Amino acid sequence: MRDVFLPREPEELWELLEKEPLAGIFAGGTDLLVKMRSGLFNPPCLICLERLKAFQGVREIGEEIFIGAGTTHSRLIADPSVRRHFPVLIKGASVLGSPPIRHMGTIGGNIVTASPAGDTLPALYVLEAEVEIGSAGRTRRVPLSQFITGPGTVDLRKGEALIGVWLKKTSAWKVSHYEKVGRRKAQACAVASMAALVNVSGSGKIEDARLAWGSVGPTVVTSTEVEAALIGESLTLDTLKRVAQLVEEAVSPIGDVRATARYRRVVAGALLVRLASVASYFLHKNVSPVNSPYGRPSC
Amino acid sequence: MRVTFKLNGVHTVIDTNPDRRVVDVLREDLNITGTKESCGAGDCGACTILVDRESRLSCLMLAAQLEGREITTIEGVARGEVLSHVQEAFVEKGAVQCGFCIPGMVLATMDLLNRNPLPSRSEIREGLAGNLCRCTGYQKIVDAVEAASDSLSNE
Repeated sequence: MRDVFLPREPEELWELLEKEPLAGIFAGGTDLLVKMRSGLFNPPCLICLERLKAFQGVREIGEEIFIGAGTTHSRLIADPSVRRHFPVLIKGASVLGSPPIRHMGTIGGNIVTASPAGDTLPALYVLEAEVEIGSAGRTRRVPLSQFITGPGTVDLRKGEALIGVWLKKTSAWKVSHYEKVGRRKAQACAVASMAALVNVSGSGKIEDARLAWGSVGPTVVTSTEVEAALIGESLTLDTLKRVAQLVEEAVSPIGDVRATARYRRVVAGALLVRLASVASYFLHKNVSPVNSPYGRPSC
Repeated sequence: MRVTFKLNGVHTVIDTNPDRRVVDVLREDLNITGTKESCGAGDCGACTILVDRESRLSCLMLAAQLEGREITTIEGVARGEVLSHVQEAFVEKGAVQCGFCIPGMVLATMDLLNRNPLPSRSEIREGLAGNLCRCTGYQKIVDAVEAASDSLSNE
């Protein structure tokens, strides 16, 4: 039998973490409890973050938006300010798991689990998210891309817990897109995924692009070469097909039970090519990205 | 550990290990066996319960997390012998074959209709995407949810 602590205030959590440095920390439990059941993890006690109100919800603070680590995916998807500023994150969270998994699982859990296939991660990378980490008496803030150090590993030290994510408000991106390819639509880990933010000038030239791929490397993959190759080019199928070759070189997938490395490499490039049809939808139909047919998964 | 919660409207106090899974508390300790377990890993939805009206998976919840919550299992859905609209629609449309997934399906449907009273067929498929059925091919389940939505909105 293990103790299960449910701290209600941050101070209680920091005290517990000092006293129980080897505790397993979970919020939704959708990853950790599965790992424990399969014997991969055997902590002496558990700390559940679901009652920590201070770590939940979305707050607009100046030019930034703070998303508490304990905010469930369902709550995130329903939040008006996230919908307005970060449609790419809405799309990632909307195709994660299934409804009950989204009711339980949290954005902080998705980050700390640090799976290369985590569905909120490519979106958070293109949005240049920073994470706030707390411990007794101090907090620190680091870019998400530095916090995640490898598959399943994050820079979380003894006594620390993830408090939340900071994002700069933005609504300037003309194309805001996340697509996931999996073995089936619901409840499937991504075989490969891509988040994209693109701005296009009046004459159709790409002015700015941020891209991130999931499931094709030890962590989310970004590539300044790929982004640079797009700048100044027309957002056309020809451009994307040409740059897709650079994508295939930029990613470093492994083969596993879901797909071969070669297949993942090809899909990573194809996800960029598919941006052509997505972009034409965004640029010519003038609808809110969240409500577009690309905004929600369909089974 | 003493845990106090509401189970199908009834004030309930249990003395249990805090890390006992909720599905085991329900099925083995309280003999509430309508909640099923299949995968034990959050993939199949057979163990779906409502926690404060929201669908959750009882195989991925620990007894300590029940404290202060309102839990609904399939046993709490009908009123005595009178089936709920959702249950009635499942019977009416032939959506039940072996029946193993149905407690989870019914509770997931309640969660869906609570959020979205008039879902499209594709929204129904998304809403039930966490619940596997190996018999029906889902068509009749989707028909049933549509019918339940109709009968609830005509009330």
